[in-house]
Amino acid sequence: MKKSIIINSTPEELYRFWRDFENLPRFMQHLQSVEETGEGRSHWVTKGPADSRVEWDAELTEDRENELIAWRSLEGSDVYNTGSVSFEPAAGGRGTVVRVEMDYSPPGGVIGKGIAKLFGEDPERQVYDDLRCLKQVIETGEVVLSDGTVWDNGVLTQRPGRPVSDEELEQSRGAGAD
Amino acid sequence: MRANCWYGKKDVRVETVPDPKILNRRDAIVKITSTAICGSDLHLYNGFMPTMEEGDILGHEFMGEVVEVGPDVRDRKVGDRVVVSFPISCGNCFFCEQEMYSLCENSNPNAWMAEKMFGHSPCGIYGYSHLLGGFAGGQAEYARVPFADVGTLKVPAELPDEQVLFLSDIFPTGFMGAEMCDIEEGDTVAVWGCGPVGQFAMASARLLGAERVIGIDRVPARLELARTGARADATVNFEEEKTYDALMDLTGGRGPDRCIDAVGMEGFSGHGIVYAYDRVKQALMMETDRPIALREAITACRNGGTVSVIGAYGGLIDKFPLGAFMNKSLTMRTGQCHVQRYWDELLERVQNGEIDPSFVITHRLSLEEAADGYDTFNDKEDACIKVVLKP
Repeated sequence: MKKSIIINSTPEELYRFWRDFENLPRFMQHLQSVEETGEGRSHWVTKGPADSRVEWDAELTEDRENELIAWRSLEGSDVYNTGSVSFEPAAGGRGTVVRVEMDYSPPGGVIGKGIAKLFGEDPERQVYDDLRCLKQVIETGEVVLSDGTVWDNGVLTQRPGRPVSDEELEQSRGAGAD
Repeated sequence: MRANCWYGKKDVRVETVPDPKILNRRDAIVKITSTAICGSDLHLYNGFMPTMEEGDILGHEFMGEVVEVGPDVRDRKVGDRVVVSFPISCGNCFFCEQEMYSLCENSNPNAWMAEKMFGHSPCGIYGYSHLLGGFAGGQAEYARVPFADVGTLKVPAELPDEQVLFLSDIFPTGFMGAEMCDIEEGDTVAVWGCGPVGQFAMASARLLGAERVIGIDRVPARLELARTGARADATVNFEEEKTYDALMDLTGGRGPDRCIDAVGMEGFSGHGIVYAYDRVKQALMMETDRPIALREAITACRNGGTVSVIGAYGGLIDKFPLGAFMNKSLTMRTGQCHVQRYWDELLERVQNGEIDPSFVITHRLSLEEAADGYDTFNDKEDACIKVVLKP
C-alpha cells in the first residue's frame, strides 16, 4: 500500500524525527516501543495487554539522509513487514510530502496473525491515521484528543462525547498522555 | 457538572457528568457563563446527523471564564473572560495559517469519517457528532477548549455576555455570508431565512454597504425583527406570496444582485411538488438535505450575481438547478465560518455601538430547561428566535 501526507515542515526535520525510532510510538498508535539494538537493527513491540502483544526485529535496508528510510522485518519474525518512508519537498514550498510504502503479505504466504495485531481491520486506514497523527505531532506538538474519540491500544474508538471520569482517565492510554 | 446531552431524536436531557480535564498541553478549561442553542443544533435534535452517540454533550456557542490552562497555553491565563469559537483550530497548519480556520487539518481526530463523506475533513467542532471529532459541547457548566490561544477571544468586562456571546458563531457566520457576496455599491441583497443567522447576515449586509436588504421567511415575528432589528428594507412572507414574484417586483425584474441562503438542510416551503418530493425522499433516506432555499436563490438571483451559502448542509441533494447556475454565470461561495478571522473586527463594531448582537435574543432559560428550549426553538413557538441558556 501507499499513503502520503503533506506536513508543514522541512524534509530535514521530518527525516530526523522519523530516523530517531524512539519517536515512532508518538504517532504510530499501535506501537508501544521501538528500540535500536545496533548495526541498523531495531526491536519493535506493539501496545496491548501482555498476552496479545507482538514483538519483532527489523533492520534498515536503506538510509538516505533527508530523503528515504527503508526497512524490513528479519526472517523468522512473527510479522512480515517491509516498508519505506520518503521525504520530498512539496510543490510551491508548501512543506514536505511524507510518503509511506508498505508491504505486509509475505511472498507466497499467508498474512500472519501478527499483522492483524499491527494493523487492525483496516491497514490502509490505520497507516493513514498514523500519518495524520505524525502531522499533528509535528504541526501542533501532540496527537489531538477529544472526549468522545479515544485511542485504545492502537484502535481509534468512540465513546460518548463527554468528559471521562477520573478513573477512566487513569486507565486510558492516549498517545498524548506521554 | 451539569450538561445537556443528546439521547436520540427530539430527546435531550440535562444530567450530571464528570468535569472536563486537560487532555492536550494547549487546552484550557472554561467555566461557562452563557451558552446558546444554534439552528444547526436542531439538525442534531431532529435526527438528521449521523454518528451521534447517546450521551454526547451538545452546544457550540459558549463563553465564560478560564479556570485552568495547560502547560503550553501562552496567551491566556486563569481569570480571563473569553468567548470560544465554534471551529477548533490548531493555528499552525496550511489552512489556519491562511485564516481558513474552519478547515483546520489537525483538529478532527475522526478525520477519516469526514473524509469518507466529503473527500477531506473540515475542522473539529464542539458538540457536533463524532464525524466532526466527538468533542464535548458547551451547553454545560464547563468545557475543555483545545488550542485555547487560537480558539478564544478575550472580551472586555464592560460588555455583558449577551452582547458578545454571538461572536462564537452566528454573528461572524452572518457576516461572512454577507462578505462572501462581494457587495458592490448599489447592490440589493436578499436573505433567505430570518432566523438568528439570517438576521446577522442582513445586519452585516447593511454594515458592508448594501443599498437594499430584503428578508424572506414565513414567521411574522422573524419578519418583524428583520425590519426593526436588522433594518431590512423589505420582507417577503413566502406563505403569502411567491418569493420569486415578490423579488421580481422589488427589483424591476432583474433579481437581487446577491442572495444569501441562511436556511440550510431543513428548508421548508409547505407547498409545491418539489417540497413534497424532498420530504418523501428525506423520509426514505434517499436524500439527506432539503435545499429549498438554495434552489430559490439560484433561480431568483440576477444574472452574474452571487449566491452565498451559510445555511448548514451535510449530505446530498436532488434537483440542483445547475442549468440555471451555469447559464446565468453565477458565483457560489460557501463554508463553515472562519470565526477567528472575523471576531476582532466584529468585537470592535460592538464596542463602537454599530451593532448590538443581543437583538436576536427572545428567550432566556436556565441550562436545566434546555429540553424546553430546544422544543420551543424547533417549533418556532412563542415568537422564539434565539434561546440563551445560563448554567
